[in-house]
Amino acid sequence: MALLEVDDLSVTFSRRGQRTVHAVDGVSFSVDAGEVVGLVGESGCGKSVTSLAIMGLLPKQPGLRVGGKAVFDGTDLLQLDDRSRRDIRGRDVAMIFQDPLSSLNPVIPIGLQVTEVLTRHRGMKGAAAEKEAASLLDRVGIPDPKRRLKEYPHQLSGGMRQRALIAMAVACQPRLLIADEPTTALDVTIQAQILELLKDLVRDSGTALVMITHDLGVVAGMCDTVNVLYAGRVVETARRRPLFREPRHPYTVGLLGSVPRLDAGRGERLNPIPGSVRDVLPWPDGCAFAPRCTRRVDECVGEPPELVLAHDGRSYRCVNPAPVPGLTPAEDVRAVVPTDAQPGSVPAQAVPDDPPTVPGLGPAPREEEKP
Amino acid sequence: MTITTGKKKQKIDRLSELAAREDERGVSLWQEAFRRLRRNPAAIVGTVILAIFVLVAVVGPFLVPYSPTDTIGIRDGLIKPGVIPGIDGDHWLGYDHQGRDEFSRLIVGARQTLLVGVVSTLIGLAVGALIGGVAGAAAGLGGRWGRWIDSILMRFIDMMLALPSLLLAVSIAALLGASLTTVMIAVGVVSVPVFARLLRGSMISQANSDYVLAATSLGVKKPKIALSHVVPNSLAPVIVQATLTLATAIIEAAALSFLGLGNPDTSVPEWGVMLADAQQYIDIRPGLAVYPAVAIIITALGFTLLGEAMREALDPKLRK
Repeated sequence: MALLEVDDLSVTFSRRGQRTVHAVDGVSFSVDAGEVVGLVGESGCGKSVTSLAIMGLLPKQPGLRVGGKAVFDGTDLLQLDDRSRRDIRGRDVAMIFQDPLSSLNPVIPIGLQVTEVLTRHRGMKGAAAEKEAASLLDRVGIPDPKRRLKEYPHQLSGGMRQRALIAMAVACQPRLLIADEPTTALDVTIQAQILELLKDLVRDSGTALVMITHDLGVVAGMCDTVNVLYAGRVVETARRRPLFREPRHPYTVGLLGSVPRLDAGRGERLNPIPGSVRDVLPWPDGCAFAPRCTRRVDECVGEPPELVLAHDGRSYRCVNPAPVPGLTPAEDVRAVVPTDAQPGSVPAQAVPDDPPTVPGLGPAPREEEKP
Repeated sequence: MTITTGKKKQKIDRLSELAAREDERGVSLWQEAFRRLRRNPAAIVGTVILAIFVLVAVVGPFLVPYSPTDTIGIRDGLIKPGVIPGIDGDHWLGYDHQGRDEFSRLIVGARQTLLVGVVSTLIGLAVGALIGGVAGAAAGLGGRWGRWIDSILMRFIDMMLALPSLLLAVSIAALLGASLTTVMIAVGVVSVPVFARLLRGSMISQANSDYVLAATSLGVKKPKIALSHVVPNSLAPVIVQATLTLATAIIEAAALSFLGLGNPDTSVPEWGVMLADAQQYIDIRPGLAVYPAVAIIITALGFTLLGEAMREALDPKLRK
């Protein structure tokens, strides 16, 4: 049993008179203890909303619907009442945010913000809490922690602030850490240090880490398993090495192709994915990526592509995936399309897009707008 | 030679010690704001005015040359119908209509004026911050029930705002009967909606900030988030408003006194009462109206200068 099992998570925002937005549209992935799982995709693909939904941090407003399941260690986080959810937050599941400056309270010293968590979940007070806070800051690599405890966020550098936030997140040794683009607001050298720190923490404590990022460099350096998201759905799931070596989904191919390379020739242009994330086809009408896809075929439009489970445990949501190098195109087609009849693999039809709903726990009814 | 280098070394050591000591403490937002305040000439002028005002209010009554209630002019036969003597050597601002020393009354009146201003502002601040704080916390963090509570409280505040402030103050003062406490309550109540709305708005915007989300993600409880995260970040505009309200409170208190709803005990001079009394004699001795008016204006100016400077110092967006 995985530590966190996200199953058909969907988040929709609807407002009267406006189109219903399917921010997350049936995302499923799992995280094992001690594993680093990446959620990758460009802006607006639903990465952050996924993480906020798991934490129950989406602003409660009419029109917000969260469906599916996020089972953490046997309990469905989405079904918890507020009180037990608060107890779990920070103690078992913690989160690291994108912008360390705005995520720290500007008028309170760092020390108080760290001890607050210790008081809340570990019942520590006074000198004991302060000592623990200092050792936490020390652990995340903040020099002279005793002095830093008395300082305010604006007196710390960006990297220090992110370290302080990480210290708060790991204060109670959570079993799952969700990092939402933790290095986006930092410069490159600091990024490397913070990633190194996160890696050390994961290795030392066995904490599972969900890494939300749009930076494939971060993925390459950190993640064991990668989920590529597009328009609110997982389009490809694979272990890190196979993903980088032989991406199957054209979107993944495009993402990898658009990364600048040091070994590229001078004057060689980057290969961006044409179009923008707004040029999507609604999933019910076919593959959302089809309008931007270079490998588009007629089957792409009309019916949403199923998630295909390939023989090596990876899956992708594409009817015309990129060929695996080494296989001739003919072999590849035979291997994958249309039924993926590889020995040991599950036929595509057996992995439906929507898993069977559990009575009472089923996903919220999705409002697909009809024109 | 060795002695001088030794001294130099000592000096450097002491300097470095001092420097290190300063570094040990964190510089909070408030300390930073105070530092900025000290560099602002408007803040310095405002502070000097207020310092003089407070000093006069505290020690003035012990230093005045004459008793503010002693009707010297009548005793000496100087006050006749249609005649109020002006400035002479001993009486720097002349006499009022009852022959009392105007200068002494002005000085002693500062205390009453300060008292009314401060107490009524505190009443307004306390009640307004309480209502605004509850509404803001409920609206920002309380979910559906919270929005209900917020709605009810804010409609109540809106009702208060619907009445013109002076009319409201006059009605309250008329209801409670003329007394010093009445003036304070009436002027205080008038400033309640301002404080309430200000704190509520500020808290709601803070409740949507990233650090509140971060604290929530760490499992910190809502009351704790409201008190230790949201409120401290929302106080700056309220404190600025309090300084500015002090100025209007003094003017409003003067207005109430002017309308005859002030302290009925006329033996205690108050600037508003003095102004009200002076209107009957404005053709004979316009000075009697001018002195308390100028005193009120300068005091209000002091509070306003300081308040505006504080607003600038606390709001990074207004900084140049």
